[in-house]
Parts: sequence; C-alpha cells; structure tokens
Amino acid sequence: MTTAPAKAGWRFRQPSVIPGFGLTLGFSLAYLTLIILIPLSGLVWRSAALGWADFWAIAVDRRTLNALKISFGTAFLAAAVNVVFGTIVAWVLVRYRFPGRRIADAMVDLPFALPTAVAGIALTTLYAPNGWIGQLLMPLGIKVAYTPLGIVIALVFIGLPFVVRTVQPIMEEIDKEVEEAAATLGANRFQIITRVLFPGLAPAIITGFSLAFARGVGEYGSVIFIAGNLPFKSEIAPLLIVIRLEEYNYEAATAIAAIMLALSFLMLLVVNLVQTWSRKRYG
Amino acid sequence: MEVRVANVRKEFERFPALHDVSLDIRSGELIALLGPSGSGKTTLLRLIAGLERPTRGAIFFGDEDASQKSIQERNVGFVFQHYALFRHMTVADNIGFGLKVRHGATRPSAQEIRRRASELLDLVQLSGLEKRYPAQLSGGQRQRVALARAMAIEPRVLLLDEPFGALDAQVRRELRRWLREIHDRTGHTTVFVTHDQEEALELADRVVVMSQGRIEQVGTADDIYDTPNSPFVYSFIGESSSLPVKVENGEVWIADRPIGLQAPHAPPGEAVLYFRPHDVELLDGCSGCIAGTVAASRRVAGTRRVELEIGGERQRVEIELPVDHPAAQKSRVAFRPRRWKLFPVS
Repeated sequence: MTTAPAKAGWRFRQPSVIPGFGLTLGFSLAYLTLIILIPLSGLVWRSAALGWADFWAIAVDRRTLNALKISFGTAFLAAAVNVVFGTIVAWVLVRYRFPGRRIADAMVDLPFALPTAVAGIALTTLYAPNGWIGQLLMPLGIKVAYTPLGIVIALVFIGLPFVVRTVQPIMEEIDKEVEEAAATLGANRFQIITRVLFPGLAPAIITGFSLAFARGVGEYGSVIFIAGNLPFKSEIAPLLIVIRLEEYNYEAATAIAAIMLALSFLMLLVVNLVQTWSRKRYG
Repeated sequence: MEVRVANVRKEFERFPALHDVSLDIRSGELIALLGPSGSGKTTLLRLIAGLERPTRGAIFFGDEDASQKSIQERNVGFVFQHYALFRHMTVADNIGFGLKVRHGATRPSAQEIRRRASELLDLVQLSGLEKRYPAQLSGGQRQRVALARAMAIEPRVLLLDEPFGALDAQVRRELRRWLREIHDRTGHTTVFVTHDQEEALELADRVVVMSQGRIEQVGTADDIYDTPNSPFVYSFIGESSSLPVKVENGEVWIADRPIGLQAPHAPPGEAVLYFRPHDVELLDGCSGCIAGTVAASRRVAGTRRVELEIGGERQRVEIELPVDHPAAQKSRVAFRPRRWKLFPVS
C-alpha cells in the first residue's frame, strides 16, 4: 500500500509501455500554454508596463482594496457555508433512498448549467425588499439584496455543486465495515460521524471548498445583479475591472487582475499543500 | 461468557438466510463456523454481534437476552475480514478508540488508554508500531491491530469474520497458531467464521458445519471428520468418494453383486455409500469387493490417486494408494472401504 516517495524531483518517470508519451506530453504542454499560460502572462506583462509606483498606487487604492476584500471575503464565506450544507446534501443523496432522490441529485447540477445572469436576476427578485423572501426578512432588519450578504447568497448558489460533486464519490466509497467496527467498539452515531467518517472525508471537503472558493472569487454574472454595486460597500473586484475597462483605463484593470491572480494562486497553493499533507498522512 | 442462540431465523427481504438455528457456545470456547459461501455462517456471526437483528428467536449472553440490546451495549469484539481499521488514526489510536468513546466515569484516563494500547500491542507482537498508520502496515500486521482493537474493550465475546481470508497462505498459517496461543492466554469466548476446513479443524475446540442456512453438525474435529452425520458433511469435510448402492438382506450391493459390507440396521432399498479415498483395503481376488478398471491415475504429493470405473454403469470413484503400491500399475483394482457410511437416497 505504501508507495515509495518519488526520487528527487525533476526527472522523467519511466513512461508506461503504452506508446505516445512524447506526443501526449507535447500536446498537453502546447495546449496549456495556448489556453492558460499566454493569456495570463499577457496580463502580467501589461500590468508590468505600468511601473512599480503606479502599480502600487492602484493596489492600495481604497476602492481596489475594498473590492478585493469583498470578493475574497464573500467567496470565503460562501464556500464555508457550502462545505457545511453541501456535505449534508451529499450525505442525504448517498445514504438514503427516497422517492425523488434522482431528481434531487440532478437538481444539484443546475447551478452549473444555468446562465449565471439568470440566477442573479432570480435571486434578486426573491431577496429584494419587496420580493417573496425579502419582504419576510425586512421586518427582522435583515437586508439581503444590494448588500454583501446578497453576494454571499449568490455565491452559495453558484458553488454548491462543487462541494456536493467532490464529496459525493468519496462518501460512496466509505466502507460500511468501518462504521460497524466503530459501533461494536461502543461509539454512538455522533461519535462515528465526527471521529471516524468526517476525518476520512476531510481531503474531499477541502477540495470542494477550494473549488467553490475559486469559482466564487471569479464569479461575475450572478453577483452584479444582486450586489447593488455600491463602491466601497458591495462592489466586487471583477466588476471594478470591468468599470476600469469601460473607462479605457487598461493599466488599472490589468493591475487589479494581476493582484487577483496572485492572491488566487496563493490560496490554491495553500489548499493544495494541506491536501498533500493529509493524503500523505492517511494514505 | 456463555452464548446461546435459540431458534433464530433471519430473513433478508423475505429470503431466509437462516432457518431456525440453535447453538450453545460454552464459556471460554474457541468455536468455528464452517461452511461454503451462502451457508449463513457470517449472518449468524453478525446476529450474535448485533449487526443484524433476528427475524425470530433470541440470543442470550449468559442468562441475559442480548437480542434487545444495541450493538454498542453488547460489548462484543468484532474483527472484520478486511480489517476495517480507521485509516486516519495511528495504530495506538485505533486500539484505544473503544476506550476513548466511553462516557464519563467509565472512560479511563488518556494515560491509562495509552498504557492499555501498548500492552495489547505487546500481546499481538507489534510493540513499537504505536505511531504508524494502517497504510504503513502489512496485511497480517493490520489484522493483528484489528484484533488488539477488538480486545481493548474487554469484550464478553470475541467474533472474527474470516479473519485470515484476505492473507496469503503462509501468513495465514502463522496467524492461525498465534490466534490459538492468544486465545489460550486470554480465555475469551471466541467465535470465528471460515470457509477453510483446515483452519477450522486445526484451530477450533468445536466446529459448527453449516449449509444453506442450517447447522448440519456440531462437534470436535474428530467427531466431524470420523463420524459425519450427513452426506453434506461427508463430502464437505476432507476427501470423500461416493457410490450409489442397494441394501438387501442386511448387505450392501452394487448392481447384482454384494460387496462384502454388512449393514444389518440399514433400511432396505437405494442408498449412497460414502467412504474416504485413503481409508480402503486393497484386495487380490474379488469375492465381495468393489472392483473397477483404472481410468486415470495421478500423483498427488505423497500418494497416488486412482480413478476407477465401477460396473456396467461406469460409475467413477476415487481411491488413494501408496506411491509404490503395485496395484497402481494394474488395469483392474479391487478394494473394500475400511470405514464407510450409508445414507438413504433422499
């Protein structure tokens, strides 16, 4: 079961007996370069043309900082909410057999397919102060639409399938015997879930979290309808980029984009490190 | 702890897996449930553990009706074929799990749990592996950890479901001897399931032979091997040969010839004769014997297995001869079983 750690880094592993290693590797690299690397380096290139002082000025501009804070903050919150409820949804879909389960299962994918603008408009209609849900929340003093809370709700909607679809297959693989073993040892249902099942699901949950989070940071279509887009309050970074573009201020747009790129990369790197650590530990 | 299974029936969605099974397990006994797959042996074990509930009947631990208790309350140690260790816990944490999940005053201190875990690791001869994860152990080591984990809760009964089924032959033999030692040292009432008759006969005090949801026979290895009480047990345990025969006037006949076996108490009519291929007496002449032409002869380890065709119907039957026996060279062999049993045709 234990795999020997790969011997020091940068060497080609012995390819398998199936031919085509050179061809497929070459293709993959060319493809990744074309699709991801060239656009992204173009971005960095453009923002570098700005010069360090100007770049810094844009980066620490209060409007930029607020937009970034809102984007990353709401995406983080939404991903956290999705981890809890997405895991519960996955649990119900995996563990129980009930009429309509297949339909519920299919419904989870809807946020993938629905045009995000449609989702944004639908959510805004529901949560606006005179909408179905909004008018119920209004007397409680909770305002959803046109606030960061609205952004979180839009991102929860968008991110749900990412958590459910990463956790579900791992949950399906859970060995029933492990639960039975815990029960014979005297663990009650709650202890079995928190001490035995949950730690086994942790890597999948982290992956689901990072996917939902990454999607949330980049989300534009659904958010701009519900956010209200008040500068300093509910303006997300992607929107600020679009605003700068419309002002023909390409330098500022690329600078904000580059900062988002760096932050996203950093967060995904951290998540991946956590992932590797937990894989190594739990085999 | 004595365990009594009383008239238990178990159905899975109307399909019966066990029919009215009763079994008394003595305190401190090491008992094997032996049978082919689908015989209900694992179902019986899971019923004792409380992992399944009987459709009818009851299971007693001592005088106490355990069938009404939950798995958690039964306090049984269960060892699974595929170990079912907790992958994210170290070996020590796995073993201590059953103590750690206890509530309030019954839970030992962390220090005491650690001490128990290392004591049990000594017992299963894995001292020093406390900090390892299950993924870093071999199959045999994992199964020993699983056993230590089951014993940590001081179970009233130890139940093992094909404990060596996933291991290779050599490790299996080693662990078999080792399990016997542990049992003799700790004295837990132990029930294990196996489909390997060698394992059952060698290891267990008593063997329960099961088939199609019923108990066929319960007894020591000697009882089971020497006096099987049904055609199933005769053919399932060890090697056996069988021939259709007829009983007339207290004698056994094949076709129109008596074969020199007296069966004064057998009811007259059609029957099947069972005997062990190695437990035969070779004869020269043939007045009252079984004679046949040699159809095939194979060398198997220390003996020669000869297949004979008997009589006009060319019934095939197998006997075992010493390797250097001259009869193996002949084209016709006559013999008579030394020990045998008749079962009426059902």
